[in-house]
Amino acid sequence: MYVELRGINKHFGAYQASRDVSFGIEEGNLAALLGPSGSGKTTILRMIAGLESPDSGDIFIDGARVNDLPSSKRGIGFVFQNYALFRYMTVFDNIGFGLSVQKTPRAELAARVEELLRLIGMEGMERRYPAQLSGGQKQRVAFARALAPNPRLLLLDEPFAAIDAKVRQGLRSWLRGMISRLGLTSIFVTHDQAEAIEVADEIIVTNAGRVEQKGRPVELYKSPATPFVARFVGDSAPIGDIGRLKGFDGADADVSGVVSGAIRPEFIKIFAPGESVQCESAVEAAVVESVIFRGDALEVSLILKDTRLSARYPLEKETIAAGQKIRALVYCLYAFEGGRTRLLHNACLGRQHDAYSYSI
Amino acid sequence: MRTKANTWTARALIGASVLFILVMLALPLAMILSEALHAGWSAYWKAISDSYTLKAAHLTLTATAAAVVLNAVFGLAAAWAITRFEFPGKRLLTTIIDIPFAVSPVIAGLVFILTFGRLGWMNPILTAYDIKIVFATPGIVIATVFITFPFVAREIIPVLEARGNDEEQAAALMGAGFFTIFRKITFPHIRWALLYSVILCTARAMGEFGAVSVVSGHLRGKTNTLPLHVEILYNEYQFTAAFAVASLLAAAAIVILVARNIVEYMVKKEDGGHVR
Repeated sequence: MYVELRGINKHFGAYQASRDVSFGIEEGNLAALLGPSGSGKTTILRMIAGLESPDSGDIFIDGARVNDLPSSKRGIGFVFQNYALFRYMTVFDNIGFGLSVQKTPRAELAARVEELLRLIGMEGMERRYPAQLSGGQKQRVAFARALAPNPRLLLLDEPFAAIDAKVRQGLRSWLRGMISRLGLTSIFVTHDQAEAIEVADEIIVTNAGRVEQKGRPVELYKSPATPFVARFVGDSAPIGDIGRLKGFDGADADVSGVVSGAIRPEFIKIFAPGESVQCESAVEAAVVESVIFRGDALEVSLILKDTRLSARYPLEKETIAAGQKIRALVYCLYAFEGGRTRLLHNACLGRQHDAYSYSI
Repeated sequence: MRTKANTWTARALIGASVLFILVMLALPLAMILSEALHAGWSAYWKAISDSYTLKAAHLTLTATAAAVVLNAVFGLAAAWAITRFEFPGKRLLTTIIDIPFAVSPVIAGLVFILTFGRLGWMNPILTAYDIKIVFATPGIVIATVFITFPFVAREIIPVLEARGNDEEQAAALMGAGFFTIFRKITFPHIRWALLYSVILCTARAMGEFGAVSVVSGHLRGKTNTLPLHVEILYNEYQFTAAFAVASLLAAAAIVILVARNIVEYMVKKEDGGHVR
């Protein structure tokens, strides 16, 4: 492991921001720290950077313990959430700042800044000030500034949060491509699961100061380890008692007592009026609450046994509207047992329908 | 939200304000000038080139310069400490900074008499080393510094608070030291606010009467500042001279006012993001 955290705890007064946090990241990987706000993800990033120090536990970079190393000696590039560009310096001076602090000869500094300006596609803009740049340009300058001193680890705090949605998409893939081209080990913090899934090689999900799960995006999505991950990743809808659903109530489902769970939109099939149904015995009656046009499909919110669920409905089928009574089949769901998550299939279908039969 | 002044209310308010300013501010200022020049230019010149006047002016400038320099340094340090660090007693310090604004200047003067004066608790130490504070230049400087202390800190704290310390953290993370960070990052943020507060501080320091009056002892040519000198001349019925010296202070005030407006304009321009 190139970057490793072992048993990290951190308090801010009575508030515990990190609880026994341990994980490792392979060299060259781009990892995402994903979690809701207040889950402690930024604190972890800031501790790796040395902007905060843990109460207990060890942080290793490239095999060496760095707890007692000041942040400037850790070989880290840091991109702040609001970029924190030096507003009274030009783009050139911003990018060259780290090198000028290290007393790099002027010619060498200028060459490096030129190289980075080319890398971020901003040649000719070196005389501008941050106030004269767009959000995306600021982000790229912040990125170049962090890269200039050749860090061994790049840390990015919510790198896309301050950018409007249109530019964000392009910038994500740009950053993704740039980091893999450089082969630089990087960690970024985000609260946006779609962003983490799209950009990261590995995702570390945090919740209430704990690491819930670590894995590749596809693993995380297919097999969420904990109820929290199942609810947080994907558009899951919670369900209070899975035993109330047909096909999950019998001995086949091998659950006992009241078990809560979560259902993703892709776990539900809505039948068109008059359409012949499969697995008659497991089909449920439901009422359409609302229908939203999503371009490639309809997003249907439906009430099934007093539970609000979300499902997709293809455009080519006979259309349905709010208030309509429909029939739906739940293929599978995540059952929450003892803090773990298990994917259960409808007893009627068995494994005939596997939502995640693909493997990446 | 501004509308054209065409209603009766607007006209009445504008009229009242203009009249008030004329009677209370403009006329008295004009009176100073007219009284000062009442006996002609040569009498005016004689009054302001008088050696006591020059010495008073010199003392006023010395006290002002000392107050500005000391308050700029300590005000900056206090503002930095309050906005950048967490420490016990931080709220108390923030409150204490405002004491000079809350306390009457005369009381401030008396405090220094009670501290450094003949009956003050510091007196044995001062006499032992033959240091004179009260009724001497150091006393006047101390009183002036005390009265004007809050200006710099009060002006800088909100600016530093509003900016946050992201940029400083970013610089520190790249290995920049304290002085590099201050010179290249913090100072450019606060330079206009600092200049503005220095100007206000100068105005207040030059005009200070109460506290200085108590610690001065009114020794002509020695511990007399310009405002004190005006009072002495006036009490001695030397009206022309008194008004002539007063006109010097008025002229200084006008220069400061103009400078303040220019700086205020620069601050606004910078906040609007137009400058760089």
